[in-house]
Amino acid sequence: MNGRRNSYRNLDWTLIVSWLVLVLFGWINIYSVLHTEGSIIFDISQKYGMHFIWICISVTAAFFIIRVIPAGFWQSFSWIAYGGAILLLMATLVLGISSHGSQSWIQIGSFRLQPAEFSKIATALALSTVMSKYGFTLKNMSNILKVAALLLLPMALILLEKETGSVLVYIGFLIVLYREGMSGWIISIGFLIVLEFILTIITSPYVAMVVGIGIFLLIYFFKEDRYLLGLLVTALSMVLLGFFPKLLAIDAVAAVNPFPAEIWVAVIAGAVSIFFILRFTIRFARRKFERNAFIVLLCGILFVLSVQFFYNKVLQDHQRNRIDVFLGLVDDPKGIGYNLNQSKIAIGSGGMFGKGFLNGTQTSLGYVPEQETDFIFCTIGEEWGFVGALLVLALYLTIIGRIVVLADKAKFAYTRIFGYCVAMCIALHVVINIGMTIGLMPVIGIPLPFLSYGGSALLAFSVMLAIFIKLEFDGRKV
Amino acid sequence: MKFYLGRRNTILLVLFVIFAIIAVRLFTIQIIDKQYRETAGNNALKYVTIYPARGRILDRYGNTIVENKITYDIMVTPRQVSEFDTLAICEIFGLEPSFVQERFASYNANDRKIGFGSMPFLKQVSSEQYNAFAEKAFLFPGFDAVARTARVYPVNAGGNLIGYVSEVDRDYIEAHPEYRSGDYAGKTGLERAYEKRLSGEKGYTVYYRDARGRIKGRYEDGALDKEAVAGGDITTTIDAGLQAYGETLMRNKVGSVVAIEPSTGEILTLISSPGIDVSQLAEINKYYKEISENPYNPMFNRTVQSAQPPGSVFKLVNGLIGLQEGVLKRDTRYPCSRGYTFGKIHVGCHGHPSPINLPQSIAMSCNAYYCYVLRSIMDNRKYDNIEEAFNKWRDYVTSFGFGHKLGSDVPYELGGNVPTVNTYNKLHGKGRWKSLSIISLSIGQGELGCTPLHLANLCATIANRGWFYTPHMIKGDGRYPLDSAYTVRNYTMVDTTYFPLIVEGMNMSVYGDGGTSHVAQVPGVNMCGKTGTAQNPHGDDHSVFICFAPRDNPKIAVAAYIENGGFGATWAAPIASLIVEKYLNGEIADGTRKDLETRVKNGYLLNKVPVKKRKK
Repeated sequence: MNGRRNSYRNLDWTLIVSWLVLVLFGWINIYSVLHTEGSIIFDISQKYGMHFIWICISVTAAFFIIRVIPAGFWQSFSWIAYGGAILLLMATLVLGISSHGSQSWIQIGSFRLQPAEFSKIATALALSTVMSKYGFTLKNMSNILKVAALLLLPMALILLEKETGSVLVYIGFLIVLYREGMSGWIISIGFLIVLEFILTIITSPYVAMVVGIGIFLLIYFFKEDRYLLGLLVTALSMVLLGFFPKLLAIDAVAAVNPFPAEIWVAVIAGAVSIFFILRFTIRFARRKFERNAFIVLLCGILFVLSVQFFYNKVLQDHQRNRIDVFLGLVDDPKGIGYNLNQSKIAIGSGGMFGKGFLNGTQTSLGYVPEQETDFIFCTIGEEWGFVGALLVLALYLTIIGRIVVLADKAKFAYTRIFGYCVAMCIALHVVINIGMTIGLMPVIGIPLPFLSYGGSALLAFSVMLAIFIKLEFDGRKV
Repeated sequence: MKFYLGRRNTILLVLFVIFAIIAVRLFTIQIIDKQYRETAGNNALKYVTIYPARGRILDRYGNTIVENKITYDIMVTPRQVSEFDTLAICEIFGLEPSFVQERFASYNANDRKIGFGSMPFLKQVSSEQYNAFAEKAFLFPGFDAVARTARVYPVNAGGNLIGYVSEVDRDYIEAHPEYRSGDYAGKTGLERAYEKRLSGEKGYTVYYRDARGRIKGRYEDGALDKEAVAGGDITTTIDAGLQAYGETLMRNKVGSVVAIEPSTGEILTLISSPGIDVSQLAEINKYYKEISENPYNPMFNRTVQSAQPPGSVFKLVNGLIGLQEGVLKRDTRYPCSRGYTFGKIHVGCHGHPSPINLPQSIAMSCNAYYCYVLRSIMDNRKYDNIEEAFNKWRDYVTSFGFGHKLGSDVPYELGGNVPTVNTYNKLHGKGRWKSLSIISLSIGQGELGCTPLHLANLCATIANRGWFYTPHMIKGDGRYPLDSAYTVRNYTMVDTTYFPLIVEGMNMSVYGDGGTSHVAQVPGVNMCGKTGTAQNPHGDDHSVFICFAPRDNPKIAVAAYIENGGFGATWAAPIASLIVEKYLNGEIADGTRKDLETRVKNGYLLNKVPVKKRKK
């Protein structure tokens, strides 16, 4: 008895302390945003008072998960949780309350819940259960379909609630799949698609194609370990392609040239790819990588051309404008870009050490909307300065890194996979949210884990973390 | 084993790189880039606008026609308002308690939008009310007053000409992004045309606030403050006395009088009747409904916006074109037997001797004569067909300024209308019309539309014997020299050598036997004039008259257009000649001229004007 009780000292206190520090720090910052003269931080008629209640609930829940609920419970509970979450999401669609253009709240008594937050835990539990089965491999088609269905169902429902931000967070699960053996190419190609899309719009289709060709050449040669040759060929073709538009701009050439530069490049690169695709298919059928690389190149070129066409010809002005503001192409400090601009101002005004607790003018004068929820990082940046912001970043990096390291060492696949799910979920939230407040990401409304006002998110993240701590602790004990 | 380690470390590495990028970005925003810190100041600082005084408007002799008085706008910062005595506020400003309640209800509804900003509570309160408020201001935390200026009009004349100033609305701000809600801008007349010069530059005082929005004092002792720059005065070409006199003549009549100094193109008076009374200009919003419901539409500046057929004064133009085309000589004689008849066409005329030559035709305003003239122009063998002849004629007419905007500085000028070949091709079919089909153009009827400004400009052109300066209301000075558009002589396509013949006819019209303009004789002045009687489908004929004087070195050219006034000699000629007399002699001669003045002033023509039912 005595020995067992002492063993709780072996819990991962790094995680627990970091978590508690973030939660309490979030609470005082919410107070700073919303307080008025002479108000008390425990006043439960105010949001900061309510948040304190949610903190108590979360700590209690965490305590129960670690001390009371056996670790084995979660694996058997995962399907019930998943099914429950799906039902709850559906119910929200029917019964939910609309706010800020999305219908994602459900009212229970005086509490408002956001089922999308809890669906992340349920999905993580179910995913871990499926993937930790003995002999599970992502090379098997039926497994791939199972995993895809598992992830896509809640994503579709959340999308119907118009909670675009929460859907984005599911990308985190892709990284878990990568850790469990999914080909890295899938994520890389996804990343390339986004890159090419952005390049096509913010620079030009030509630049997008040239960058694409450069990446293709580098990967193609590096894969065959011909590093020097690869660098040389890439550099040379980049220089040549760089001069090509200049050549077309010469009056004499322009007079007879019927096509813009990107069409020339598309036609030539397209013809070359088709030639090699046929060649690798017919004569060197075993060299699948080379063939696939050229197929990707061909698709990439077609993709750039279709993005250009779609953006210029199909989209209507206001839709184009949304994308432009999204990508920071047009300044719109009063419209869509308003939040972003105000948020950057608030953070920027903090300087090195910040204006001090309760002294942020941007924060308390209400210039930044949604300050206590999605834009809580502004208050931290303004009142605690660069030092405070960096400390928060360090705490997040500690939590995420610690979970990844512990999960990777875990004896049970279930613990490992669940750990990665938790870490990636937190990481995606942090990167998107902070990235948004400092203008690195488009404005997407998702909370900052442990810090933002909002009981659902706080409880969901805390429960997630607590389950992992429990699973990891339990795994070590055996 | 190596495989798994590799993936874990890849993930950790990517994560670390992303966090590093975020940290670098934070470093740039918070430490390196000063831009965000300054803009942050913008929010925490409170800018209190100082509104500049608007420039004065002077007449051609330096008399003030528009100046300023100080009024106050009462502003309120809703978040700083605590309990206050509603009744006391109502008593000071003469308000209903319900007004105050409504205001605060709307502030509460927009609380998030307003934030710690100030909203206008009451606008343009008088100095007396302000003083009463200032004494008790401590009772009303959150309220304060901002000094503004309002317009005052020492001369009771020129409402339409001066135009009004009012608060900018959303549409105006969209078109002029440099304006902010609460600013004032000239909307019509001179106030609009010279808004840039008159408005001046706003200044501001910068205060800083603490995190609760309370003002803590001047920011850096006023280092960022900007002083307001008062608007510049403008000197106009208007003769305020003549303008006021003309308006008394035009009382109870609908129409326009435009007087121009021919040698400079300067507009001396610009009267649109009925007009907006200057006493209503300063508080245009209060009277806007009343003015816009007036059936005679005082808002409408007839001098540049009412395009109507010119009537017989247009014979001068046709005569000049005939002379230039070589189809008309001084001694070309045409018969008139109470009109012109050709087939089914009949253009009537009044009884006068026949046949007559060109100057006589002007003096007696013979309709038949100009039917012959127009036919000789249109059926000229020189041209292959009527379309070619017509196009040539049209070129001549537009060279006088007709059919397009003259380019004056009177806002909302219209171009009027001169028909084109297409007009008649549509009306009659291509190749199915001839000179007879357009015969009404000869006497200034038909599809012609000219504004009174066009007619005054025609008169100035004849007075100058063949050229005009684009009419304008602004005087040039060292700082703002006159726009080059107003300093270039515009020549018509008719040689200057032909104009004296027309002038001779206009002079005969006033003094010669059978002349139609005898009523325009002014003692001591050698007058030239031409009457016009414009038929129109809406009631009595319009009475038209243009004249200039003296015959040599003319000082003033006037066009008067009196709607439904009957013959040109009945109302337009007396009014125009009285304007000339007042301008050149300074006073109206005793005897018949005084009697004429009395008759004109007492004339009431409003009952003759058809009133269109206007949509509410």
